[in-house]
Amino acid sequence: MASEEIVMAGFGGQGLLAIGKILAKAAMEDGREVTWMPSYGPEMRGGTCNCIVIIDDEPIGSPVVQKVRSAIVMNKQSIDKFEPTVLPNGLIVVNTSLIDRKVQRADLKSVYVPATEIAEKEGTSKAANIVMLGAYVGVTKIVKPETVEHAIEATFAGKRGSVGEVNLRAFRKGFDIGQQSAS
Amino acid sequence: MAQERLLMKGTEAIAEAAIRAGCNFFFGYPITPQNEIPEYMSRRMPQVGGLYLQAESEVSAINMLYGAGGSGVRVMTSSSSPGVALMSEGFSYIIGSELPVVVVNIMRGGPGLGDIAPSQGDYAQMTKGFGHGDKHAIVLAPSTVQEAVDMMALAFDLADEYRNPVVLIGDGLIGQMMEPVVFPATAPKQFDKSWAATGHKGKDRKIIHSLYLEPEELERHVLKLFRKFDAMEAKEQRHEMFMADDDPPIMICAYGTTARIAKTAMRELRKKGIKVGLFRPITAWPFPNVALEAIVDKTRSFLCIEMNMGQMIDDVRMVVRGRRPVSFYGRTGGVVPTVEEIVKKVIEHNATLGA
Amino acid sequence: MAEEQVIFKRPAALTEKYFHYCPGCTHGIAHRLIAEIVDEMGIQEKIVGVSPVGCSVLAYNYFDFDFQEAAHGRAPAVATGMRRTLPEDRYIFTYQGDGDLASIGMAEIVHAANRGEKITVVFINNAIYGMTGGQMAPTTLPGMRTTTSPYGRDTTLCGHPIRMCELLNTLVEPRFIARGSLSQAKHIIKAKKLLRQAFELQHEGFTFVELLSTCPTGWGLTPENSLLWLERNMMPFFPLQVFREPGTMPETAKKYAPDLKVKDDKKES
Repeated sequence: MASEEIVMAGFGGQGLLAIGKILAKAAMEDGREVTWMPSYGPEMRGGTCNCIVIIDDEPIGSPVVQKVRSAIVMNKQSIDKFEPTVLPNGLIVVNTSLIDRKVQRADLKSVYVPATEIAEKEGTSKAANIVMLGAYVGVTKIVKPETVEHAIEATFAGKRGSVGEVNLRAFRKGFDIGQQSAS
Repeated sequence: MAQERLLMKGTEAIAEAAIRAGCNFFFGYPITPQNEIPEYMSRRMPQVGGLYLQAESEVSAINMLYGAGGSGVRVMTSSSSPGVALMSEGFSYIIGSELPVVVVNIMRGGPGLGDIAPSQGDYAQMTKGFGHGDKHAIVLAPSTVQEAVDMMALAFDLADEYRNPVVLIGDGLIGQMMEPVVFPATAPKQFDKSWAATGHKGKDRKIIHSLYLEPEELERHVLKLFRKFDAMEAKEQRHEMFMADDDPPIMICAYGTTARIAKTAMRELRKKGIKVGLFRPITAWPFPNVALEAIVDKTRSFLCIEMNMGQMIDDVRMVVRGRRPVSFYGRTGGVVPTVEEIVKKVIEHNATLGA
Repeated sequence: MAEEQVIFKRPAALTEKYFHYCPGCTHGIAHRLIAEIVDEMGIQEKIVGVSPVGCSVLAYNYFDFDFQEAAHGRAPAVATGMRRTLPEDRYIFTYQGDGDLASIGMAEIVHAANRGEKITVVFINNAIYGMTGGQMAPTTLPGMRTTTSPYGRDTTLCGHPIRMCELLNTLVEPRFIARGSLSQAKHIIKAKKLLRQAFELQHEGFTFVELLSTCPTGWGLTPENSLLWLERNMMPFFPLQVFREPGTMPETAKKYAPDLKVKDDKKES
């Protein structure tokens, strides 16, 4: 299987670290090596926030890399910051609900996802991050969608009401968008 | 049956591994970037019938370890660079009184308040300057979360075996990173604790102390301690050689997260046809000088890479003793050296070697 | 002729080692009182002491039971580590001087008291650093000359002496706080009662006994004059009193006790 380095970036509170963990859990369930590395700093809320997930079949060396194969960007600052860091022929998944510009590089595969609107339709705008994750997995198939769903179930287990269900639906919607754009 | 893999943060994995190693007592004081350890302990200890107690300072925390260690239990604390510096005095007492405790230092940038970013700036503090007097302590430097987990059980076993404290150093990266881990299934080893001060009189009386007012008496005590330190140097050196089977002319020397970054760089360098290997100390003290000595003749040049201005390099130079050039690349202040920087540095270095 | 009777002997809880303390120093009395209580309570194999840094650094040589030696001022932290790990029925006490407890170890004593650590603290207050040669202590009296206050303690320069009992009595958790004196027989008899009370209450919470003591060498006085000096100068400043007993609590501490908690857990559910 291919190795993968992905950065997920946006505002603190958008759930970037959470989808990074879900992806990492899924990769682990797939039997692969994985690291999840957050940016960390004194700012606890607001501000920008990102994490890097690396997936490989070999033991992973550096958990931080300057160039990535893929990026999920959920706000304007993040696309500005991370678009230049994606390797040629890499992938960038853009949250059009908060980013009004197009990807400028022609050597990248770009997927545009109105994540907030889709998530709202499924029940809560809070699931926008999961929609983005779904689109990314739909394009790359880097992990099995079933294992992502397990990870989502595990993450939201014990939360009230139908939060888990809503997130699973959000993931599948995102996954479909990703799959369509991949074909 | 294969054991369950769990995705865990380095700090939390360290805490859980300690509990599974039979550590039921944690005393500490909050400091970034290791707060997940005390936070995890405060949640988990009550669930396993153990104790988490927040001390009023690092000074108190290390002395609580002293008291608990003298009772014969497995006990630990964790902190970060400036907080660990405050523990120096108590740590020296613990060595002098021959108590087995474990201290985790998730290092941050210094000097002074510095910053909370990843650093290896305490290599010298932990291996050479942690406490006053003639003393040593084993310092373990994990490079992955799994290694950190495995090392916690080892740390408590080594502490008990030698009746001497053991330190585990990590940088902020290993603390904050999540990786899959498998916890060892083995039960904690049991050790004789009949020396503990738990209530005796007469000839059975136990006194935990490090005061020896007669110089000759203190000298005898220190010599006794050094017989233990000598045994540690002989038996406890640990290291990893990576991509070193083909006697590469360039050997990188790096530990902890820096060694991982070097490994990624080395894969790229090998693709470019540059033969480079890695010597990774796993014990920062005792420094694995036997293994390093064995490759000095086969190596043309050593390159030390650290997240500081060059601290381990002194240990490398002491082994190499001028027979080969030893150069250095490092970033400090919490800046993490990148894969690209290391690739570039090694290419430059390789060019200077000539044919 | 009547048979000879033993009416006075070394307590079993003291070793045969001779005290190294100066003539007229009251450490020996304090040690003896503690040892008598250990004998009377039958706890010689259930007690562990913590010795300080100061003249009594070698206290563990004189008591015939287990001891841990603490770094300067850290005895309450060491005792905390012991209390939280030893079997509950054990007795733990620290023995600390004024420099150790009220200066370098102020944080440790206040926080151990505030947590209600189930230990007994024996605080020897002789208003001076004895072992290091008679320097100014946090309890040195205003105007009192020491080797580092050669013109007398100047309160405008270094503040007033700290009254530890009164200070700790502002906290909610302590169960017993008292000050006694070792200056004459009637006070010594009373001091023993205070110590006994403290040890008996130890498993209920933090207990603290301050003992006004002499330092003839540091003070530059004869043993006899030291006792008189203590009564004339220290007692007015450090009144002999039981500050806290079970069931009592001063208004300052009561304001925050006993069941005042946040009305709501601030975490949103």
